[in-house]
Amino acid sequence: MMKIRQVEIVVGAFMAAGLVALFFLAMQVSNLSAFTTGEGYAVTARFDNIGGLKVRSPVAMAGVRLGRVVEIRYDQSSYEALVTLRIESQYDQIPDDTFAKIYTSGLLGEQYIGLDPGGSEEMLVDGGEITMTQSALVLEEIIGQFLFSKAEEKGFE
Amino acid sequence: MLDALARFGRHGMAALERFGRAHLLFLQIVAGITSLLPRPGLLVTQTYSVGVRTIVIVTVSGLFVGMVLSLQGYYVLSQFAAEDSLGVMVAASLVRELGPVVTALLFAGRAGSALTAEIGLMKATEQLSGLEMMAVDPVRRILTPRFFAGLISMPVLAVLFSAIGALGGYFVGVGLLGVDDGAFWSQMQAKIDWNEDVINGVIKSLVFGLVCTWIALFQGYDSVPTSEGVSRATTRTVVHSALAVLVLDFVLTAMMFGE
Repeated sequence: MMKIRQVEIVVGAFMAAGLVALFFLAMQVSNLSAFTTGEGYAVTARFDNIGGLKVRSPVAMAGVRLGRVVEIRYDQSSYEALVTLRIESQYDQIPDDTFAKIYTSGLLGEQYIGLDPGGSEEMLVDGGEITMTQSALVLEEIIGQFLFSKAEEKGFE
Repeated sequence: MLDALARFGRHGMAALERFGRAHLLFLQIVAGITSLLPRPGLLVTQTYSVGVRTIVIVTVSGLFVGMVLSLQGYYVLSQFAAEDSLGVMVAASLVRELGPVVTALLFAGRAGSALTAEIGLMKATEQLSGLEMMAVDPVRRILTPRFFAGLISMPVLAVLFSAIGALGGYFVGVGLLGVDDGAFWSQMQAKIDWNEDVINGVIKSLVFGLVCTWIALFQGYDSVPTSEGVSRATTRTVVHSALAVLVLDFVLTAMMFGE
């Protein structure tokens, strides 16, 4: 039978190992270290079509992730999607005439919002709105347009 | 015909009775925390035998489960040229599902069966009645420390399982199959959410720990005090725990991740 002291030490090591594992999951496996949705400032944007955009999709400028999509709602009066982005507070130099587009990373990748900076002196603040937006590309529409233009070319020949 | 019906009813009543007894015992065990708090030494000793001695099987299984996930995931993902998502796949399956579930199954097999056998034998050799003769409540003295030891150990073990599994997946994915090191971790960090995935996994493992320990203690305490009775109770512990874990996992998953 082990001494009580030894048992206590081993149990202490066991609990410590559990904490280390949890720390590992927090820092290395999950996004806790990178960014928590509680901080930063919120900006809204309206899109005609958001395609496959989801809550927690990234918001990027120049390819660097600045924040995430935190809410997607449907505005019944304007028939548009109202997307709320939360941008990390360290990135507070975004002009208020910034252009927001929905891109796809890779051919089959997930969709994200790409920001193209405008030239305004005014910066976006909490609760601001990005007015210039471009909808997601819907593959069927593009193929449809392509076929349609092809057919027209044929027709003129 | 009538006889069969009567037998069916008797079995049903007996099952209901056991079910009720189990819940009453649960209340007694939890109420026993008042007499456990002044004596934390009991909890430490039990955490040793329930938790620490399960650590080897849990870590080794975690390592191999992570490695297999990585191998299998690579096979499927490489068909879509999406090997970079291997880290996400391995970590998500471990943290959300396999960590809590496989750990609970191992826990039921390794610690739960031992608890049932120990308590069943205490009952068969009349140690429990002996305690009662000395005006010591066996539920408070024997069952409560074991219950809370199980409740504490399960999340620790599950987290260890997931962490070691992620490392195992990393060794096979990056070391053996040549997935990009940076993509493996960065994709994982981008997609695995702390609250959504990790915390929910820990909540699952807490629930499983509670249920497995409870079943083990009840089966031991309620066993027929003979060698055959104890052996049957031990089997029942493992079977009931496994079923309870799998069913509860479905319910919890539907509640947590179902939209």
